[in-house]
Amino acid sequence: MRLWRCTVFVAALLPFLWWAWQVAAGQAGPEPGQYLLLNFGQCALILLLLTLSLTPLMKLTRWKGFALIRRQLGLWTFSYGVLHLTSYLLFILGLDFSALGADLQRRPYIIVGFAALVMLLALAVTSNRYSMKRLGKRWKFLHRLVYIALALVLLHFFWVVRADMGQWSAYALAGVVLMLLRIPVISRALGRIRPRHGRVASTHRSR
Amino acid sequence: LDNTHWQAVTAGENDKLTPFNDASHYNNFFEFGTSKDDPYKHAGDMTTEPWTIEIDGEVARPGTLDVDQLLGEQQLEERIYRLRCVEAWSMVIPWLGVPLSEIIKRAEPTSDAKFVRFQTLVRPEEMPGQRSRFALIDWPYQEGLRMDEAMHPLTILSVGMYGRVLPNQNGAPVRLVVPWKYGFKSIKSIVRISLVKEQPPTAWPTINANEYGFYSNVNPDVDHPRWSQARERRLPNSLFSTNMIDTQMFNGYEDEVASLYKGMDLRTYF
Repeated sequence: MRLWRCTVFVAALLPFLWWAWQVAAGQAGPEPGQYLLLNFGQCALILLLLTLSLTPLMKLTRWKGFALIRRQLGLWTFSYGVLHLTSYLLFILGLDFSALGADLQRRPYIIVGFAALVMLLALAVTSNRYSMKRLGKRWKFLHRLVYIALALVLLHFFWVVRADMGQWSAYALAGVVLMLLRIPVISRALGRIRPRHGRVASTHRSR
Repeated sequence: LDNTHWQAVTAGENDKLTPFNDASHYNNFFEFGTSKDDPYKHAGDMTTEPWTIEIDGEVARPGTLDVDQLLGEQQLEERIYRLRCVEAWSMVIPWLGVPLSEIIKRAEPTSDAKFVRFQTLVRPEEMPGQRSRFALIDWPYQEGLRMDEAMHPLTILSVGMYGRVLPNQNGAPVRLVVPWKYGFKSIKSIVRISLVKEQPPTAWPTINANEYGFYSNVNPDVDHPRWSQARERRLPNSLFSTNMIDTQMFNGYEDEVASLYKGMDLRTYF
């Protein structure tokens, strides 16, 4: 299981290393900052969708490995989100913070993206055991913010799309499916697909 | 090219030419996809020979214009223009072409010709962007100019850049170049030029009239709803410098073109 976690860690780090290499090798085109910005943002969205697919996958397969990497993938999502924002600040605004202020007052897609990242920040800082203990029941409630963050991220992306909805539609469809799988009736059915017993029995067994 | 008038128009002192490799590998040509590198990856499939341009509408002499004919009969001029994309980046490109006015004059426009409409090739089998079922653009890509804008000496039909034939991704074999307007007005791979009475519907305002106007003159004082137009990133840039410069009114061609818009509120007619 340690190996599994390490593999996921390396896999999540690889895109960053690849894009950094492309930029260093001069293969990222005439606007490398924009290249990083777009790739980091898209990577954050994919990681968010992957993170949200772990619980349904675990219910379906009963494999504990999916649960073990949930926090890690969540933190990776946040990290790529931070890289995305940092790229915007450094490479698009040229560290002109007054421009960021103006953007945050006027431009809905920036506001929405920023809000999503603030939510992910709240989830990242409370992702440790200590916070889970301290927050108790409220922890679960707080971490449902991730659903709102997903909606905001998709809206943020929607407002950036100009000429073709294809890619956005694929991500949005994935998001909708992952949300549907969380509706109690469907989620219970998911747990019953493979084993004959109900979900309650399965949780006992996995302990 | 023997007859070419090199450097007929040059850019400003600080306008360093964008390397050919960047100008030909970083394009918006949505017929081939939405990423900047899609055009050079896919445009190679576009057949550009033979190629004719239909000229019709309010003209005494409608007809088809053969591209070879255009190349053979007209003296090409090299025009080094700033290209300002609506996305707030810019390049400096040496185009080869002829004034559009000469082509229009030959068709003898009637007094009813108030606008010029341009259309790009529709050929889904060679253009992946046109095959997408999620495309927002209603093909063919259409652009338009007011008659006086089309007849302005800065407006050219381009057939080449950097002393060579236009790469497909840059709009081969013939494209429009209107240097004081945002880049998307400079329609690529033109198959039809029509002189019309009314202002034609054009691609971007049709999709989103709040964000894109018919005129789309470069104007640092009128922001795009999603970003500021006051400054621009001159490409190529690097991670260490955004190469940000102030955007100039009419992209620096104010002296030449401001008179076209006298008395117009450029916030309303953006």
